[in-house]
Amino acid sequence: MSLLDIRDLHVTYRVGGGGLPAVRGVDLTVHEGQTVGLAGESGCGKSTMAGAVLRLLPAGTTITGEVRLAGDDVLTMSWGKLRAVRWSAASIVFQGAMHALNPVRRIGTQIAEPILLHDAKATPKTALRRAGELLERVGVPAWRAQSYPHELSGGQRQRAMIAMALACSPKLIIADEPTTALDVMVQAQVLALLAEVVEEQRVGLLLISHDLSVLSASCDRIAVMYAGRVVEEGPGHELFTAPRHPYARALAAAFPVIGDPVSRRAPKGLPGDPPDPRELPPGCPFHPRCPDVVADCREVDVRLSAPDNGRRAACVHTGGVR
Amino acid sequence: MKTARSIAWARRRVALGAFWQGYRRDREGLFGLVVLVVFATVAIAAPLLADAEGLSLTKATGPRLAPPSLAYPFGTDEDGRSVLTEVIWGSRISLLVGLAATVISMVIGTLVGIGSGHFRGFGGGVLGRLTEWFLVIPYLPLAIVLATVFPPDVPRIIAVIIVIGVTSWSGTARLIRAQTLSIEERPYLERARALGGGHWHQMSRHILPNVMPLVLANTTLTVSIAILAETTLSFLGLGDPLRMSWGKILDNAYSGDVITSGAWWWALFPGLAVVLVVRAFNMCGRAIERVLDPRLRELA
Repeated sequence: MSLLDIRDLHVTYRVGGGGLPAVRGVDLTVHEGQTVGLAGESGCGKSTMAGAVLRLLPAGTTITGEVRLAGDDVLTMSWGKLRAVRWSAASIVFQGAMHALNPVRRIGTQIAEPILLHDAKATPKTALRRAGELLERVGVPAWRAQSYPHELSGGQRQRAMIAMALACSPKLIIADEPTTALDVMVQAQVLALLAEVVEEQRVGLLLISHDLSVLSASCDRIAVMYAGRVVEEGPGHELFTAPRHPYARALAAAFPVIGDPVSRRAPKGLPGDPPDPRELPPGCPFHPRCPDVVADCREVDVRLSAPDNGRRAACVHTGGVR
Repeated sequence: MKTARSIAWARRRVALGAFWQGYRRDREGLFGLVVLVVFATVAIAAPLLADAEGLSLTKATGPRLAPPSLAYPFGTDEDGRSVLTEVIWGSRISLLVGLAATVISMVIGTLVGIGSGHFRGFGGGVLGRLTEWFLVIPYLPLAIVLATVFPPDVPRIIAVIIVIGVTSWSGTARLIRAQTLSIEERPYLERARALGGGHWHQMSRHILPNVMPLVLANTTLTVSIAILAETTLSFLGLGDPLRMSWGKILDNAYSGDVITSGAWWWALFPGLAVVLVVRAFNMCGRAIERVLDPRLRELA
């Protein structure tokens, strides 16, 4: 059984009077010990997916489809069951550790928080000791449990967030842009730490990032999202080196290759902005920005092709389903 | 051995020491603090400073309406009682009622404020409207009506404390609600929800510690309002008739025709006491704010 099984997920936010479709029919599976990457621009629905897994989306949001966490459907779960499942079945490493930590409470007590909430036998004393152990586990000295968030460096804070995510030994960890606002060295350390956790504890990791190069280095599989849908899916390295969907190609090309003078002189970007989810263009939503657009693209809403060596893409050029 | 607890206490001592270092440099705050200490000492040591017998109408020994003299530094009232004795004993009731009413007011204000900021939808709406309702109702008529309809078997002084407490929380509640709304949007509250924390967990562990400085700073201002309210209610004859408070002295002076008789000392000294204490609490409150708020510290 897979840890996380998302089937035909649709999420529509309520904005003003109307609806804003942020996710429009996504399938995603994460297995034990597997790292799955989710890539895409801001506003493509990546973080909405993370919120949907633990049903953290604002009230009034319409969610349909199925989100199975170790077999249980999160979307139909009772409130009490949901609170018990949060963090003990799946935890989140939030983006921007500074803001996800309460500035007026010590690191140790904040890591102890989920332990006290979920383990009926835990006392404040044992929970604090466990918090110290968890900090050691992620490479932060245990005495740092006494510190306030502002006394830690950016990397230490992100490590503390990972320690918190491990507190209840969940089987699934969702890391929502865990390395934004960290410098490259610290970014590499944090990613290495996450990889180590996956390796040692056989957890599943859903890694969300806009940086395809980061994902290709650490993910078994990558799904690229555009306008609320997965447009390409495949093994991590392959997808980065030989992308099929024009959007994935643009994302991969956005990172210059070191030592390659061509990419330095002509950095490739993608002109235009992602479409407004309320007014999606007809046909393929990517066609106004696509360099390979043909007449069909303006009319046919292309869906993911059947798997071919574990790879799927939603493009008329690569056999996307109409 | 250094346990976590002893380290925590050492840290607290250091933090308190740093606070005191900042506070003692603030002249205004220091002056307010000295005034408050003097009044508190007088209130606590009242039995040593003035004989309680001096409050009794029948046992009064002094001349009627004597101006300040060595024997009666604040003069005497219509019944020959020393105004100094009355002011000393009155400080007990005025400070006690002021502080107790403030505690009630801060507890209600903080609970309603956090609740109306945290709960969206019906519950929060009801609490928000309740706050607005208490804000727009003229304070004095409401307090008078409440004080009048209070069950007579409740000791009068308790009644006054409760009446002041339940009529003065709305400003605090609105302030705390505004701060709560801004904290609600911070990512660490989303994190608290994600790790399975319920409403009580979010409010007590994350919102309360963040609004606490605001609550404390507001307390000193509420104390002065509560003392003024006690004086007002006593002056209107709604206070405890058996206990002397500053408002009660003013009430006696007013009904004893202090103006036509020209006995200025009868009203001046209790009035000065009220002004001094209220001013001192405000000075302390502003000094605490200046010391705790880094933005104000830079300006100083």
